[in-house]
Amino acid sequence: MDSYGSKAKALAGGTDILVQLRGNRFDIEMLVDVKSIPELNELSYTVSEGLSVGAAVPCIRIYEDSVVQQSYPCLVDAAFLIGGIQIQSRATIGGNLCNASPSGDTIPALIALEAEAVVFSKRGYRSIPVEDFCVGPGQNGLQDGELLVSIKFPPPKLYSGAHFLRFIPRNEMDIAVANVGVALTLDSKKQTVESARIALGAVGPTPLLATKASEFLVGKEISDDSLYETAEIAKQIASPITDMRGTINQRIHLVGVLTRRALQKAVERAKGV
Amino acid sequence: MNEKIHVKTKINDNDVEFLCEARQSLLEVLRDVLDMTGTKEGCNDGNCGACTVILDGQIVDSCLVLAVEVSGKTITTIEGIAGVDKLHPIQQAFLEQAALQCGICTPGFIVASKALLDREPNVSEGRIRHWLAGNLCRCTGYDKIVRAVMAAQENTK
Amino acid sequence: MTIKLDDKGISKPNYKVIGTRPIRHDGLEKVTGQARYSADINLPGMLYGKVLRSPHAHARIRGINAGKALALKGVFAVITSADFSIQSDKVIDLGEGAMTNPGFLSQNVMAKEKVLYKGHAVAAVAAESLHLAEEALALIDVDYEVMNPVFDVREAMKPGAPLLHDRLYHSSTPFMRPGGLKDDDDGSPGSNIASHFVFELGNPENAFNEADIIVEREFQTKPVHQGYIEPHAATATWNRDGKATLWCSSQGQFTMRDQSAALLGIPASNIRVIPLEIGGGFGGKTLVYLEPIALLLAKKAGRSVKVTMSRKEVFEGTGPTSGSFMRVKIGANNDGKFVAAEGVLAYEAGAFPGSPVNPGVQCMFASYDLKDVRVEGYDVVVNKQKVAAYRAPGSPGSCFAVETIVDELAEKLNIDPLEIRRKNGAKEGTRRVSGPVFGKIGYLETIETAKAHPHYIEPIGNNLDGKLRGRGVASGFWFNGSGPACATANVNSDGTVSLIEGSPDIGGTRAMAAMSVAEVLGLSAQDVHPSVGDTDSIGYTSNTGGSSVAFKTGWACYEAAQDIKRQCIDRAAEIWGVDPGQVEMHEGVLNEKSGARRQITFKELASVLLSTGGPVVGKATVDPAGVGGAFALHIADVEVDPQTGKVDVIRYTAFQDVGRAVHPSYVEGQIQGGVAQGIGWALNEEYVFSEDGTMLNSSFLDYRMPTSLDLPMIEAVIVEVPNPGHPFGVRGVGEVPIVPPMAAIANAVYDAIGVRISRLPINPATVLEAIWAKEGSGQG
Repeated sequence: MDSYGSKAKALAGGTDILVQLRGNRFDIEMLVDVKSIPELNELSYTVSEGLSVGAAVPCIRIYEDSVVQQSYPCLVDAAFLIGGIQIQSRATIGGNLCNASPSGDTIPALIALEAEAVVFSKRGYRSIPVEDFCVGPGQNGLQDGELLVSIKFPPPKLYSGAHFLRFIPRNEMDIAVANVGVALTLDSKKQTVESARIALGAVGPTPLLATKASEFLVGKEISDDSLYETAEIAKQIASPITDMRGTINQRIHLVGVLTRRALQKAVERAKGV
Repeated sequence: MNEKIHVKTKINDNDVEFLCEARQSLLEVLRDVLDMTGTKEGCNDGNCGACTVILDGQIVDSCLVLAVEVSGKTITTIEGIAGVDKLHPIQQAFLEQAALQCGICTPGFIVASKALLDREPNVSEGRIRHWLAGNLCRCTGYDKIVRAVMAAQENTK
Repeated sequence: MTIKLDDKGISKPNYKVIGTRPIRHDGLEKVTGQARYSADINLPGMLYGKVLRSPHAHARIRGINAGKALALKGVFAVITSADFSIQSDKVIDLGEGAMTNPGFLSQNVMAKEKVLYKGHAVAAVAAESLHLAEEALALIDVDYEVMNPVFDVREAMKPGAPLLHDRLYHSSTPFMRPGGLKDDDDGSPGSNIASHFVFELGNPENAFNEADIIVEREFQTKPVHQGYIEPHAATATWNRDGKATLWCSSQGQFTMRDQSAALLGIPASNIRVIPLEIGGGFGGKTLVYLEPIALLLAKKAGRSVKVTMSRKEVFEGTGPTSGSFMRVKIGANNDGKFVAAEGVLAYEAGAFPGSPVNPGVQCMFASYDLKDVRVEGYDVVVNKQKVAAYRAPGSPGSCFAVETIVDELAEKLNIDPLEIRRKNGAKEGTRRVSGPVFGKIGYLETIETAKAHPHYIEPIGNNLDGKLRGRGVASGFWFNGSGPACATANVNSDGTVSLIEGSPDIGGTRAMAAMSVAEVLGLSAQDVHPSVGDTDSIGYTSNTGGSSVAFKTGWACYEAAQDIKRQCIDRAAEIWGVDPGQVEMHEGVLNEKSGARRQITFKELASVLLSTGGPVVGKATVDPAGVGGAFALHIADVEVDPQTGKVDVIRYTAFQDVGRAVHPSYVEGQIQGGVAQGIGWALNEEYVFSEDGTMLNSSFLDYRMPTSLDLPMIEAVIVEVPNPGHPFGVRGVGEVPIVPPMAAIANAVYDAIGVRISRLPINPATVLEAIWAKEGSGQG
């Protein structure tokens, strides 16, 4: 891949890239199947290091993994609703991230969960916070000769909860009109928010970390009002477009609805309900 | 681009070798190279499930798998679902429940349903509907398909 | 066969096979992957064909240079419109009743002077592989002079709108659907209106003055595609003697033959069309697209050629049904009796004339007994795909409008929505606005069945999780069709019958055909082996369309079986040395009526046919009148999430008078399938275009047809009011189920959120905007 530079692309699940190649989305000379690289197929968890998901691990392996189910239910939420089962057998969150679609269905969940993308090249390894990984619609931050190896998630904190929601017109097999991932940690009394990360998709050129809304929620007591206000603040950074999948007004409105609903569910999870 | 690659794989319990171009999908090779036309093309972009096959135990859209990727793997297609002298219970249920009209989506539904019942012998209507959401049918409204999978589940017990 | 009638005039015949549910004959091949569909033909030495399509919605073709493509190694032929025979732009009768305009048809298959929509075919290549063919397409240079397009039906009707055809003939009769160009000496100005016509009954203008209440609204619908899962494909060989063979899946092998022959300028008998299994059609496979192209490429390349469409090409290059603009008005008395009605429909035809506005106009008020009614239709060309038939063409749009208004009248007059339909319902003797008077129909029986059904009686259930529930009902009407049909039935020595008929089987009609023969001869359904003949092996049979197959082809099979029965009676009489009048056949046994009272079973007789005078072949050709109209009444329960605008259908029941259900499972299947398409049309399906006329959602990802997770079980309730015009009482069943769902769901959404939505689809954005408008806020 190094010698082909921008004319080479990595093939993992192939569920996006093969369609894009057929549609002549880009001109490449080399497609490298990375599924055979052992490191990219690892799914591992330690209490101290957290979860590492190889870039070529398909969604179905992620959401059927008992550790992921127990400790990262938000990741299950996201991986479970990508495409149909046929797609989930192939599609990877690594590919989803590299594809860098503004509406990519796992990315807000990854951002909320403070995931980092581990990247390898001849120069060695480097880590990129997921919220910085996508730089534009369909554009990731990988340089020529760099390969996404894995995505690392910190271990879940005590009294934490996270949730991912997307809105689509059908019930499956659709591109998000808007999607939201949230993660938060409560105090030991499970009443006040100690930390929060809210991430939005399909409402800007890249998935976004809603910093202002996240910070607003920190220190607040859980209530319908505080969650509502947080969601209203989250709407402020949404700068969507109108296209065949949704309108500007609809998308901004949905950010509010989804953020509120995702926060409610995350709180439930944090409280262990 | 036109140079052919030699691939060895296993399809429906048979060792199979074929030559293909790197750009050819598994679906193309099944249909055009191996003349196994039971696997259907509906969209060629992973949104209809007509080309569903089982690849190493998982259902996939064969239009989204490059043929060169199946080297050393195991594939089951619609042609490999029935026994020599007997239909698979899912096939029988599709016939008895009138779960097909035009029949173009039927191979994909049967392959996907088989994979489901192999994994999960006790599934609800909701689980069947979720599992089959990647398979489009335009004729039946899914009612009789879902009933057929439920009936097959009863018959395999 | 004598049919006894009960006191309600409903027959209770003692059928042995009709009304049972045998396993369909073609089923095994379909569940094992053996069945061959259009793209499944692979011939030795076969080439692959692909079609080059226009990137512009409206442009003049200055020139096409295919030199570079032809120079590519492995490319064997390139064709353009210049390879087609020159066709008249005047309407002609193809000789077997199919009115068409071969000039327009030819130009739709391959653009001549102008491209008229994005996706319009301009050239085609044949090459050694599919990928090579695609590479070759990219090497064809087309010089376009881009012109201003017009997309919206109302814009296209305005004076000064860009004209698709400079000299389009303006017709004032609905029966000129294929359209044509003006006579050479006609100097009148051009327009995009291919036809404008009016039907009027009574005096609606005066009658509206008598109304206590009038509801008038405007409606809009978007083009939607039939969405069959099998893309078009055609494979052809062309022999040195000028004889050709064409393998394709279509709704009519004879239509494919005749249209292809007309476009190529050769005798129809030079082409043999072999019908393959058809992977869905719903009306969309009644026109040639690839077939003449495959034939021409095969001729030019001297090799067999398979031409296929991608899914994107299916969306961009074949016919959806019309987008429309409609204005409808109904006046009623305070007691709920309709006194007058009026409707103006403008339907988009796409690039060439022929929208289904005529059936739309004729169906819209057909469910109601109206004395004073006026309907008006416009067929308008726009720079979009030429529309093709889609399940009850024309009726779903216009009935969506009418049934929404009927619901509003019922609400305003505080009358039960089924009761208002019953009170005004069409029955035997009701005259339709276009003139015909109904014979025996089952609309009122259908309403009564719905009224008594648990779905209508049971409450809808409580709102849960902030979601709002609503229930809606709607009716629908479709004429049903007929046409010429043929059947040949060969008696085998083992006592079975091999049946050849001429209707491509789109949803189980071979089972129906076999059952019709079995019923007459006293056999089991499995003792009859049905197949669909090619154009050289069966007599002319009109399209599988218009819900006609069980009616006309079922009738042909019934008559072919009667022919066998007569011959068997003659043979038995001959063997026994008695007068044929002395022999009768009943439930598969031939009996001597008197004297020795000898008996021989049909199976026994079959085994001695060859030694007693030769084989018995039954045959029939029919073109029957007497179709019975079909009525449906649907009940939909929906759940609306008022925060996201999403509508889920949570319960659905469809009631339909089917006359007589030959195979009830496949009758239910037709109803369920029609409902599913209707739900898709109601909620999410539409062609979304960019400003330059590019279809933006030309994939199954973004053209959102319902998945299994989007639908509930769909209960189909069969009502049987037999059609006295058919030996078994059959009515067409396949089309009317798509007519009521859009209004039933719109009415249910109104019940849930209190807003009437008058444009389709009722997608989340539309529902949200409706809620915001009601609440008077920009956003919720």
